[in-house]
Amino acid sequence: MIPERLLTFAVPAALLAVALWALAVEEPFTITLATRAAILALAAVGLNIALGIGGLVSLGHAVFFGLGGYAMGILAHHAQTYTTLDLGPLSISGSKSMPLIWLVAVAVSALAALLIGLLSLRTSGVYFIMITLAFGQMFYYFAISWSSYGGEDGLSIYVRNGFPGLNTLDPIQFFGLCFALLCLALLLYARLRAAPFGLALNAARQVPARVETVGLSPLRLKLLAFVISGAITGLAGALFADLNRFVSPTMFSWQLSGELIVLIVIGGVGRLTGPVIGACLFVLLEHWLGALTEFWHIWLGVILLGIVLFARGGIVGLLTGKAGPHV
Amino acid sequence: MTLLKLEGLTARYGASQALIGVDLEVGAGEVVALMGRNGMGKTTTVKAICRMIPSEGRLSLDGQDLHPLPSHRVARLGIGLVPEGRRCFADLTVRENLIAAARPGDWTQARVTALFPRLGERLTQRAASLSGGEQQMLAIGRALMTNPRLLILDEATEGLAPIVRQEIWAAIAALKREAGLSILLIDKSLRELAGVSDRAVILERGRTVWTGAMADLTPELGERYVGV
Repeated sequence: MIPERLLTFAVPAALLAVALWALAVEEPFTITLATRAAILALAAVGLNIALGIGGLVSLGHAVFFGLGGYAMGILAHHAQTYTTLDLGPLSISGSKSMPLIWLVAVAVSALAALLIGLLSLRTSGVYFIMITLAFGQMFYYFAISWSSYGGEDGLSIYVRNGFPGLNTLDPIQFFGLCFALLCLALLLYARLRAAPFGLALNAARQVPARVETVGLSPLRLKLLAFVISGAITGLAGALFADLNRFVSPTMFSWQLSGELIVLIVIGGVGRLTGPVIGACLFVLLEHWLGALTEFWHIWLGVILLGIVLFARGGIVGLLTGKAGPHV
Repeated sequence: MTLLKLEGLTARYGASQALIGVDLEVGAGEVVALMGRNGMGKTTTVKAICRMIPSEGRLSLDGQDLHPLPSHRVARLGIGLVPEGRRCFADLTVRENLIAAARPGDWTQARVTALFPRLGERLTQRAASLSGGEQQMLAIGRALMTNPRLLILDEATEGLAPIVRQEIWAAIAALKREAGLSILLIDKSLRELAGVSDRAVILERGRTVWTGAMADLTPELGERYVGV
């Protein structure tokens, strides 16, 4: 069995190694696949804070992914068309600067997570799942009808946004940027999980009433986790949109929310590297099996079924021989 | 100085009136035993104090009315509860259980493990894998980590082996002697309660029927109201 501590370093190192190998053998498409895996992993690391530590099965995390994407799309659209974004008395010019776009994506996603969380976290179980799903569908249909920004057809961005000192059009440099953000998110996840906040959140998942008796509000703990989770997923959405240079309402779809959950379950719920392993496997299957059959999701379903039935701790659980972080 | 004061406290579960009129006071540094047969309202009184169920009447801590406060705010004011049935955070280790509850104050992980050396030996062990006695020690340690002014122990020795019960009682005595904590104790062991408690309050069918110094609790009263 492999110690989990080793996986913490080995899994991101393997993703980095794939990208560097692709650079060496001049396979830019493989670098793009690695970038896609890193971005999906980043989104799933965000969801893993709410789902893995807090036990919040959110079927609406695509809202934050989509908001991050549209934050990028709208700012870049106004920058490339030399128009301004009019918000009542405010008139804002667009931007092609990634740091600024990320800031907006994180802020908008966090605000949306705060509002959605305030309403949805008063429920639990299947009702929480349904409310988050309902929010996802609201944003999805709103994006479809939002003709100013492409409606159902989405928005195309001609040139990838810029980052100071880097050529983001170079696949390896853009990968490096996404990979660095993924590593930062993993570090944040590890710190949060071990901090009093993360432990209390974990406790609130287990017995909310007992958490109250030690002076903590389960609602506030879960709300903060939901906001941090949404902000990270929103950042991933902005990167995803930049990777594809395209945003569309599908970024808000419930299927995407479901896929993020599937990535985590396959990799290992609440495990640090679970979302990374899940995202890499997802991208590999999508690429390899997708080339053979358009019904490749069937095989993903078979893998998911096998893991749920026979490996409760996901792939990390299989590799470490531990169904949970402390078992 | 009175720390906790209940006067005419009433509470109900739906149509069923569980507390009809509970009067109880716990002074600073005082240990009070809350006694009574099963089903007489002891745990309900604790739940009402901790605002886990709605209640009416007077309920105050250090003069502050607790009724408008949610449960977690009451705990922050300084009421540490060791609930009936332990209920540790099973998926967390011993250390993590303590850290999750920690609030600034004199009680630290080192002080808790000095009180319960067994916990110090099992810091990295999952709470679910501890014995019943160790889980009880952890539940007390977790409550102490909140640095309470009043510690409430609801059936802290129930279902434990005699040797473990002795350890728990020794720890409660140490808390009274060394830490000067105010403690509200619920237990069925009259002999052990008499050893640590200053006063006793007896409940009968949701009402306070006797209050007095522990030394004044005669065997006849014990037989009549507590059945021991």
